[in-house]
Amino acid sequence: MTEVDDVRSAPPAARPFGGLYAGNARSVMARGWRATRSTNWLVVVSGFFEPIFYLLSMGLGLGALIGTVTTASGQEVPYAAFIAPALLAVAAMNGAIYDSTWNVFFKMQFARLYEGMLSTSLGPLDVALGEISLALLRGGLYATGFMVVMQVLGLNLSWWALLALPAVLLIAFGFASVGMAVTSYLKTFQQMDWVNFVMLPMFLFSATFYPLSVYPQPIQYLIQALPLWHGVELVRGLTTGQVDAGLLWHVFYYLAMILVGLVFTTRRLRALFLD
Amino acid sequence: MWGTVPEPVIVAENLVKRYKEFAAVDGVSFEVAAGESFGLLGPNGAGKSTTMRMVGAVSTRTAGTLSILGMDPDRHGPEIRSRLGVVPQADNLDTELRVRENLLVYGRYFGLPRAQVARRADELLEFAQLTDKAKSKVDALSGGMKRRLTIARALINDPSILLLDEPTTGLDPQARHILWDRLFRLKEQGTTLLLTTHYMDEAEQLCDRLVVVDKGVIMAEGAPAELIRRYSSREVLEVRFGSDLNAEVAGRIAGMGDRIEVLPDRILIYSENGEAELVRIIDAGLRPITSLVRRSSLEDVFLRLTGRTLIE
Repeated sequence: MTEVDDVRSAPPAARPFGGLYAGNARSVMARGWRATRSTNWLVVVSGFFEPIFYLLSMGLGLGALIGTVTTASGQEVPYAAFIAPALLAVAAMNGAIYDSTWNVFFKMQFARLYEGMLSTSLGPLDVALGEISLALLRGGLYATGFMVVMQVLGLNLSWWALLALPAVLLIAFGFASVGMAVTSYLKTFQQMDWVNFVMLPMFLFSATFYPLSVYPQPIQYLIQALPLWHGVELVRGLTTGQVDAGLLWHVFYYLAMILVGLVFTTRRLRALFLD
Repeated sequence: MWGTVPEPVIVAENLVKRYKEFAAVDGVSFEVAAGESFGLLGPNGAGKSTTMRMVGAVSTRTAGTLSILGMDPDRHGPEIRSRLGVVPQADNLDTELRVRENLLVYGRYFGLPRAQVARRADELLEFAQLTDKAKSKVDALSGGMKRRLTIARALINDPSILLLDEPTTGLDPQARHILWDRLFRLKEQGTTLLLTTHYMDEAEQLCDRLVVVDKGVIMAEGAPAELIRRYSSREVLEVRFGSDLNAEVAGRIAGMGDRIEVLPDRILIYSENGEAELVRIIDAGLRPITSLVRRSSLEDVFLRLTGRTLIE
């Protein structure tokens, strides 16, 4: 009985962050991969083609009327080469947001999937990292496909474009992390609509289809505070080959998003399922 | 090992769980020995599920001490959970996966090797009588099959303790009996079972020992037969006179049997000999619409202890 006695003398909650992480996020990823294979593959395929359709219609179609655009750093580039990196960043954002909001919301509220996971030796951080990594994997696949299309159309203007791939993963990680954190606080489908309400304008106005310089100064500041603009500028800098130290700020912005999102997600999952 | 008392695998002392002002569990103490089948019997809202969640190391206690397999769940949650099997009240099977996949994926959550999980999954499908459903979708299973799959899933890590929260609620009688048979086999194999139920017959079938819980506190503890002996008579006579008359008739038969309970739809007369009581009622000139003599059950124990029926 000595061991039991020893345990009894310990105050409750002596390790408040104990058991958050079992180092087994890959089992959560493996589960998602199986589920995608058997039921969700259509969603995956549609997500792949969406940005390509945008690129073809706006980049090639509208681009024929527009000609060239001047980027933030003053370079003249064809319109398609201007919006392609933005669409790439948007695709990363959309994929990550879909996976981390609608998917997660469903699993949490209806399928009670996480309840099952957290009654095993998995911790909330395993679940969060596993789900987010899967979203990243998907984002990475989309991005690679899109980059190939860009290359074929001659829209990658520099070898720096290769770095756009990890950049896209970083963007997806940031959005997935924050998306999952936000979702874990939402309770109804109506609240889920708020997510769309934020996403759509951000997509349209974050210097996606035209340079930021068309806005008056105060609006520019607002756009620059939002995450998508950083993603667009980062990827655009790389695919057009206009690389300078300023790009690092965009990277830092996403690193901060990732960190904040993970902290809140883990905390919230713990409160919901392990109080 | 002869002659040694098995070390308890669950020790709860004055366990309390409070949500703001409301105490869902209010000072519960019990011990469960290895290999024992232990029940928490009580109505909905008695605090059974909350107790289960604390034992399952997914809910922290507000006060009291709790030791599961010699460990404190506040400090060793993951280690404890890795040695438990959990069957929650509502099925939370993974509907995006097929039947066998549910077992494979769940086993991997415990970090078990792939080959071991695969072998175990096939054994458990056999045990749960689901081998021919291995490739089916979960949604295509009947309620009883889902429950059996949930139990199979809970056994994938070869747990030291199996926690079952209302294992047969919502199942039809046939499915319940199949499930009881499976659980009884586990019991015979020496698996420690902790189960909650609001069905007295389930408690009588499966539990070596149980506590009767109401409003977050323990009302009584013992083996089912022992509790019945202690808190009830051997037999019960149930008579119905019609909803309007029950209360009126109750006054006239007061004093019959050891004790009388007047429920909205019937009167229960507790006695060593139910038939004899029925004869006395008829001799008194009363004509019940229906009458039934049965043996006392845990339901009667609960009624005696709380003044209420288990299923309301």
